[in-house]
Amino acid sequence: MSALNEMKIAEARDALRKGEVTSVELTEACLGAIEAASALNAFVHKTPESALEQAKAADARIKAGETDDLLGIPLGIKDLYCTLDEPSQAASRILDGFRPKYESTVTSQLKVGGAVSLGKLNMDEFAMGSSNETSVYGPAVNPWKIDDRELTPGGSSGGSASAVAASLCLGATGTDTGGSIRQPAAFTGITGLKPTYGRCSRWGIIAFASSLDQAGPMAKDVRDCAIMLNGMAGYDPLDSTSAEVDLPDFEAALTGDIRGKTIGIPREYRMEGMPEEIEALWAEGRKMLEDAGAKVVDISLPHTKYALPTYYVIAPAEASSNLARYDGVRFGHRAKLAQGDGIVDMYEKTRAEGFGAEVQRRVMVGTYVLSAGFYDAYYNRARKVRTLIKKDFEDVFADGVDAILTPATPSAAFGLGEMVNADPVQMYLNDVFTVTVNLAGLPGISVPAGQDRQGLPLGLQLIGRPWEEGDLLNTAYALERAANFVAKPTKWW
Amino acid sequence: MSIDIETARKVAHLARIRVEDDALPALASEFNTILGFIEQLQEVDVEGVEPMVSVTPMRLKRREDMVTDGSQAEKVLANAPDAREGFFAVPKVVE
Repeated sequence: MSALNEMKIAEARDALRKGEVTSVELTEACLGAIEAASALNAFVHKTPESALEQAKAADARIKAGETDDLLGIPLGIKDLYCTLDEPSQAASRILDGFRPKYESTVTSQLKVGGAVSLGKLNMDEFAMGSSNETSVYGPAVNPWKIDDRELTPGGSSGGSASAVAASLCLGATGTDTGGSIRQPAAFTGITGLKPTYGRCSRWGIIAFASSLDQAGPMAKDVRDCAIMLNGMAGYDPLDSTSAEVDLPDFEAALTGDIRGKTIGIPREYRMEGMPEEIEALWAEGRKMLEDAGAKVVDISLPHTKYALPTYYVIAPAEASSNLARYDGVRFGHRAKLAQGDGIVDMYEKTRAEGFGAEVQRRVMVGTYVLSAGFYDAYYNRARKVRTLIKKDFEDVFADGVDAILTPATPSAAFGLGEMVNADPVQMYLNDVFTVTVNLAGLPGISVPAGQDRQGLPLGLQLIGRPWEEGDLLNTAYALERAANFVAKPTKWW
Repeated sequence: MSIDIETARKVAHLARIRVEDDALPALASEFNTILGFIEQLQEVDVEGVEPMVSVTPMRLKRREDMVTDGSQAEKVLANAPDAREGFFAVPKVVE
């Protein structure tokens, strides 16, 4: 048996049920791994005492015959989720010291199911970033290494990705607004699922862009993602955009049989200047699905080109509105005021001190595109283009396509600090393959499928029909079995 | 479309973020890069297209107009940087 913290969720679940291991043992193994991994800067608020208490309680429930799938499983929680009386600050200085008096619906469901929370995970500030470098805690570090450089684990769920890849926890929660689960999953060789918009409650998750944000699982493989999604999903009356739809057993959908399924390959995702290895991986993925019995067809999603610019209007617009609540009055940081400063000075100084550069930039872009005179030219136009982007997907699904295969990222993980001098738009290009999925509200999953020539992991993305995560996970499961990605980062931390 | 320093100043104020004068030129230049990028949207023919309101074809739920929650003043104020006598406290607003 591998070290306890290296177990998959499914393995640990079965071992817990058989009494071969206790939740306390699993939790202690993870806590030990976390202590030894400070170089990764993945866990930023650790809660070992409460983790051990939760583990003891889970052991008692297991002894009493309870069989919830996540009962006793140690998980990490992205800092974007509000957890009762624990630091929850979205990696921002403006929420320094904030300890919510409430618990997000997703983490509360996980806790009711008996999952053990090990603490909070690093991320980009307010989930704005693709490299985890905008975090007030400093960047999380990718456990994969090929030379002296420290590499990014991706963003915004960089701490979640790093923690899962380095076996500091058995699984982690992430959130995905433009690719924030799938891109870091691809950079770290793990599996990450962005569910259909509305599948998981957003209540108690600190908002970035409300029409795009969606919570999802990050784990070692497809089965573990399915198990976690079972625990995270469901209708929540506290979130008015939470969907009241059937909640199937996602793990039960994993048969690996995709014979007769139709997989689309969108021609617009073949970008100019795309590295050859990404192109080669994509072609291999196509072949793997064909060999598994699927029919692969070329499709067109004509408005793909406009997805990033649409996203960089809509997301900042919603962010500028959501982040207006950080005003130094109700929670978090308030700037020290000078003699005679009025309330507007308080707002302006608080927000200038509390928000990092990227957040400030996006809030101001959002303010601009929503301002009188530009609302129609930018914001309203972007919402119309979004309608067209969604329709592209609806059309191919109506033509019988079951899932769409694309690369997950335009490259493997890059070095921390390497993009410092890039203009913001260059950084935004990291999300070029993932962002359409959020605009259309669809489920998408990143599966590790190969390595670049230096040995860094690369991911493939599958995009599914709305509400059909079960079918999507099953296709991903077939791809995972064919790709048989077993490489692990060599421990250096 | 090009953003000048005055526009950058105005946007920063509307966003309630203090930007010192010496930082305004860099901010304006970043705005220009980003707006140049989103300018591409002007090419798309959106004639007759409805702007997206909700990504899922779903009506927002409505509930009875009644009190469902309350009497949590202590919890509401628990994280305030400054609270007195059951209220949030801010600098003087009225002269």
